[in-house]
Amino acid sequence: MKFGVIIFPGSNCDHDAYHVISKHVGQPVDFIWHQDTDLKSYDAVILPGGFSYGDYLRVGALARFSPVMSSVKEFAAEGRFVLGICNGFQILCEAGLLPGALIRNRDLHFICDHVHIRVETTDTPFTNELKRASVLNIPIAHAEGNYVCDDETYRELAGEDRIVFRYCDERGRLSAESNPNGSRANIAGICNSGRNVMGLMPHPERACEDLLGSADGRDIFRSLAATLAEIR
Amino acid sequence: MKAKVYVTLKPSVLDPQGKAIQHSVQLLGFDGIHDVRQGKYFEIALDSALPHEEAREAATRIARDVLANPVIEDYRVEIES
Repeated sequence: MKFGVIIFPGSNCDHDAYHVISKHVGQPVDFIWHQDTDLKSYDAVILPGGFSYGDYLRVGALARFSPVMSSVKEFAAEGRFVLGICNGFQILCEAGLLPGALIRNRDLHFICDHVHIRVETTDTPFTNELKRASVLNIPIAHAEGNYVCDDETYRELAGEDRIVFRYCDERGRLSAESNPNGSRANIAGICNSGRNVMGLMPHPERACEDLLGSADGRDIFRSLAATLAEIR
Repeated sequence: MKAKVYVTLKPSVLDPQGKAIQHSVQLLGFDGIHDVRQGKYFEIALDSALPHEEAREAATRIARDVLANPVIEDYRVEIES
């Protein structure tokens, strides 16, 4: 199996994602420049965090027009795996690969903090090695992480078990206080209807070593690797 | 020829920046301010030979596909000869 990490101008978590795949998942991984369009040799691609195109116009809005994104759309349509982290999640929403949008945090601050998220479903290739309702300690670092969608989209997400993570307290309880950015229904991550595309605002790649304060993020990448190993 | 595009948040979408601006305006002593919503304004210079309707269509497409995110925003296009 082979992973790819896409680099947009302004990506800054690309090396973190690469490090996790090569060191903690132990699988081959390449960087993919946003001008490249050939994704044939990859089984999964990661859209990393950062500030693609300086967040000009809207977060993730201009990255959608990078040449690689047409290939990412085809890649996703073929059922292969796409993971968007933070800015990567914002790009996937702008590109229409995931529903909804991410707007300014409720309290306007850029929040850089460790938060707790609850695993809402294990029925995705990204969470099948996790336990449902388990609580992960994962950092966030964003100013635009406030997830919004209309009522119909929300009903669809909830009804189809596509809300993957919600912000919670350390015991897994949902509340306004445990919602750092004002996201609808504490949503921290969702997947598409095919369940092969997931986006989340928290940074699991920054929580893969005890030295960093948490290694809870590792299982997300390991889930994906386990799924790929099973398919092969 | 110039196209003016106004992009505004849909009424249902919370605008925390607008709220902060409203608060500052009220601190300045202005009364009767019920709400402030922040939006974006674009000026697009178009070929002057372009017929009015074509210019409108082009600007509308740009607004819909790039300048606004239809999930959270509305847009309005004006053409100025």
